[in-house]
Amino acid sequence: MSSINLHYDVPGDDFTRAGEASSEVKRKLKQLGYNSDAIRRVAIAMYEAEINMVIHANGGVAQVQIYPDRVDIQMKDQGPGIPDVEKAMQEGYSTAPDNVRSLGFGAGMGLPNIKKYTDEMRIETEIGKGTDMYLSVHVKE
Amino acid sequence: MDRFFHSVTLDAGKCLGCTNCIKRCPTEAIRVRDGKAQIISERCIDCGECIRVCPHHAKKAKSDPLSAIEGFKYKIAVPAPSLFGQFNNLDDIDIVLTGLKHMGFDDVFEVSRGAEIVSDATRKLMNTGTLKKPVISSACPAVVRLIRVRFPDLCEHVLQLKAPMETAALMAKQEAAEKTGLPMSEIGAFFITPCPAKVTDIKVPIGQQRSYLDGAIAISEIFPKLSHTMDKLTEVEPISQSGVIGVSWAGSGGESAALLDEKYLAADGIENVIRVLEELEDERIRELDFIELNACSGGCVGGVLGVENAYVAKARIQRLRRYLPVSQNHLPGAVPDKIKWEGELEFAPVLKLSSDLEEAMRMMEEIDDICKDLPGLDCGSCGAPSCRALAEDMVKGLARKSDCIFVMREQIQDLASTLSSIGGFVPHHGEEPNFKGATVNGEGPKESPGSHEFESE
Repeated sequence: MSSINLHYDVPGDDFTRAGEASSEVKRKLKQLGYNSDAIRRVAIAMYEAEINMVIHANGGVAQVQIYPDRVDIQMKDQGPGIPDVEKAMQEGYSTAPDNVRSLGFGAGMGLPNIKKYTDEMRIETEIGKGTDMYLSVHVKE
Repeated sequence: MDRFFHSVTLDAGKCLGCTNCIKRCPTEAIRVRDGKAQIISERCIDCGECIRVCPHHAKKAKSDPLSAIEGFKYKIAVPAPSLFGQFNNLDDIDIVLTGLKHMGFDDVFEVSRGAEIVSDATRKLMNTGTLKKPVISSACPAVVRLIRVRFPDLCEHVLQLKAPMETAALMAKQEAAEKTGLPMSEIGAFFITPCPAKVTDIKVPIGQQRSYLDGAIAISEIFPKLSHTMDKLTEVEPISQSGVIGVSWAGSGGESAALLDEKYLAADGIENVIRVLEELEDERIRELDFIELNACSGGCVGGVLGVENAYVAKARIQRLRRYLPVSQNHLPGAVPDKIKWEGELEFAPVLKLSSDLEEAMRMMEEIDDICKDLPGLDCGSCGAPSCRALAEDMVKGLARKSDCIFVMREQIQDLASTLSSIGGFVPHHGEEPNFKGATVNGEGPKESPGSHEFESE
């Protein structure tokens, strides 16, 4: 099946640029005339994952594959890893530093929101090595 | 009426084909072709940015001349509150309203009266709890059109109430019909407009089949005569029947303040509006009840058909409203259907590449490939606002790669080196020509002894 492959570097040193990759993906999906519910879910889930990568892992890379019936997103970083994934998935649980929280981020809704808006979510994480997150959003007609 | 009518038009005689308007258009609706700007009709939202930015005054807003009112037996002026900010040292709105009456109108009905009704109606609808929050104001027609072409998910957040000018026109005509006994067809209501988007919204409305207004006259069109008439007035009639709430709609934040609910945001200026809409779409703006958006900086006082600086006009209105009552128009009972939209806002996907997804994906891949070969300067010299827009036009068959002057320069350089190498084979007297080595890419002749003679000259 044909697909469009996109690659983005997410810089970790510039917080003001966080969200650029997900905006770009959203713009492309709109131009494709993609299902609008799927666009919204991709934009939100990928944005949350991107913000996480900037806050916790000093950036990383995002790989996006657009298929006619689904969008696959892989977010890969070389950050500290997630010690307790189950806990991190709980609403309101956050390890974000205060300076980030003062901007309105780090409310502990990142991973739960990603779960809520995607159809598939898989996390592979290793302490000190980094985290790989695989997300998939399916088109529901 | 033509579905694609636009108030914003081009005066081709004045257009130099520069890049100012194409770079500024929020929907990438303008291209320069054959040295003149062209507006892509279905993309234009009539925001007027191109009029504001054109240094040659080649972009114009079509509106009605004052003489248009002569087609009606009973003529009503329906002035936007932004009109009141255009005059220096004005201390009474009635001077403006009386001035309008002396210009040939039988009656004057302030849009701010309609605005107070719309504010009342908005509060009532918001209290029902049935609206999708945050509610987005529908008062700015350029914003409504922007949402319609760019933000499908936000269409259902747009407040389904007619704009204050419509409500004012409805009230004015009903009042006039009762007073004069004339049929509605002989009563003409003319909006005195600060912006082209309102002109378009009267000709091709969104949310209703037909506008209650019969035309729109630009503030800039009537300003000279009106200010002259105002100077000559000997008597001022007590016409004004609106308060702080209605008049404040002229500036950004006025509509929101009237809701008496502090959970709102008011953004103005088309680029700021787009940023807010993007964040709303991604559900990043939470815990707000109401979003007021105005395409022009400062709000309606910043419209391109006004004559005064937006911020000066806003300051004057602040002073004017000091002795006004809070509000003079109220909506008794439920919100009547006549001031509601007749249907929902429907998304118009004019920006998408193709109606077939697989085809669109193929086109996008092609666009991405072409972009890699373009310089990425977004200079606009090709007539498209960015390299990416040129690539899109190419894939749609509307432009060529050589429209890019940098690509063209490379092609000319290649051609020049080819020519110069072929030139090396122009036969000298008594010498045998040898064309064997000449190739199109110009690499061949280097081995040829003949070419060295020419190059060394």
